[in-house]
Amino acid sequence: MYFPHTEADREAMLRTIGVQRITDLFQSVPAAQRFPKLDLPPAMTEMEILAELQDLAWANSTARDLVSFLGAGAYNHYIPAAVDAILRRGEFFTAYTPYQPEISQGTLQAIFEYQSLIAGLTGMDVCNASHYDGATAVAEAVNMAYHHFRGKKPRVVLSPALHPQYREVARTYTASSPIILTGDNGEADPLEEPEALIPLVDGQTGLVVVGYPDFFGRMYDYSALAEAVHQAGGLLAISVNPMALGLFKAPGEFGADIVTGEGQPLGIPLSYGGPYLGLFATRQEYVRKMAGRLVGETVDNRGQRAYVLTLTAREQHIRREKATSNICTNQGLMALAAVVYLSLLGKNGLRQVSELNYHKAHYAAESIAALPGYELMSHETFFNEFVVQCPQPVAEINAHLLEHGILGGYDLGQDYAGMENEMLLAVTEMNSREDIETLVDVLAEVSND
Amino acid sequence: MNIPSDLKYTKNDEWIKVEGSQGTVGLTDYAQDQLSDIVFVEIIPGEGEDLSQGDTCATVESVKAAADVYLPVSGRVVAVNDSLPDTPEVVNTDPYGKAWLIRIELTSPGELDDLLDAAAYLEFCESRLV
Repeated sequence: MYFPHTEADREAMLRTIGVQRITDLFQSVPAAQRFPKLDLPPAMTEMEILAELQDLAWANSTARDLVSFLGAGAYNHYIPAAVDAILRRGEFFTAYTPYQPEISQGTLQAIFEYQSLIAGLTGMDVCNASHYDGATAVAEAVNMAYHHFRGKKPRVVLSPALHPQYREVARTYTASSPIILTGDNGEADPLEEPEALIPLVDGQTGLVVVGYPDFFGRMYDYSALAEAVHQAGGLLAISVNPMALGLFKAPGEFGADIVTGEGQPLGIPLSYGGPYLGLFATRQEYVRKMAGRLVGETVDNRGQRAYVLTLTAREQHIRREKATSNICTNQGLMALAAVVYLSLLGKNGLRQVSELNYHKAHYAAESIAALPGYELMSHETFFNEFVVQCPQPVAEINAHLLEHGILGGYDLGQDYAGMENEMLLAVTEMNSREDIETLVDVLAEVSND
Repeated sequence: MNIPSDLKYTKNDEWIKVEGSQGTVGLTDYAQDQLSDIVFVEIIPGEGEDLSQGDTCATVESVKAAADVYLPVSGRVVAVNDSLPDTPEVVNTDPYGKAWLIRIELTSPGELDDLLDAAAYLEFCESRLV
């Protein structure tokens, strides 16, 4: 057995910090929670535990077992087999940038290519690699803007149509900071056009965050908002679904200063709790305020192309408490999945997938809108997700759909008062015409009940 | 180590050159040598801003470290070295000349008494090189 510390080591450490016993270190944890009795079953053999875990896993229904029309931030897309094959290669199979990064040229090259592709897709100059997910990427944008203005513009306007969980994570990140998050507590109507946010932008506003598409699937041209935000001296962050960018204008063209996003649609499977991928890209002038890893291309002393971690002086391990973020860790493996996915599809392939999503979603929306009792609430341009007013509570309709092997849409009443009976449906290239027709038939059945 | 005798110094390795009611602030030769190749300089305040002694007035980054530059004494900013962010390497080559950071109108000249003269600063630098 391996003992990291001897009894003498422990005593010396306790003496140095002036504590009698190790248990004294846990005084700030309430006594009842300190050493709770865990009601665990007796130990099992590996064979038994595997069988038990298998039973638990089989109790799940996955997007493979069901026909899924659920999105709301995570989407069921086809993942080419090559993505996983490359991901699982021993040379690549690590969650993080290696500690001696330059020795792993392949990993750095993959990250560099990831950065280049995401920068191109978003219309930004630089991209880091990466954050945990779309929510933490938004929180990092909030942090970055706050530090960029050195605390002098502490207000951040969050569009109420930004993903509710992203807004919640931004609140968690900023709970003990002077940052003021506003805009989504009734100050603006979530269903209004983005220009409705303009009156909320003042000289104290460092950042405005909107979704592209927003949580309701709507695609807006944010040029007017960007101009108003810039005029007030603030920055605009746009949180994207990268799949939409295969078809729609890059946010850089609207004057976005920061583009964040959830990278899951790019070759990353649906899983409860992740790992997903936080995209984060910005303009050159803000590169030193950006958190996270950054790989650059250079030449070595023999003139050969080489990759290095660059601008590390802005990172937490050097800048310490002065760093704009304490995030140094990333989603290396998920960024690799995204770069393999994007490379396999290419520009035209991505556009094709994006178009399939768009057309299938519009076909489904029109078909559902024609049903008695249902009303399409998405009147603006949308990508692969839309809102339908249902004749019954969404939970009841979803229970009925599940009986037919269909995973229904997201119940918007959970997050938005006044949107009871409104369902957010997502359609991807994985949904065949037959799938969509079955959905429409079952929905019709519900309204006849 | 170059420590001009006509300047005042801080223990955080800033220098200030006082001329009349104004002072020019920069980073010392010792500091640039310890930081090694400077690759980035950001001057934080703008002209007309009122700053107190100890306020952060610039950030410099070298290939191996990042450091904040603090204002040696209180003052109102009358000029900033706009060309420095484009030529950060002059912090290494000319720390007391072209690499000046900001010029201030002193608002509490009495604070100059808190600073080190060249001899005291030399002694302080040597004590850290041991």
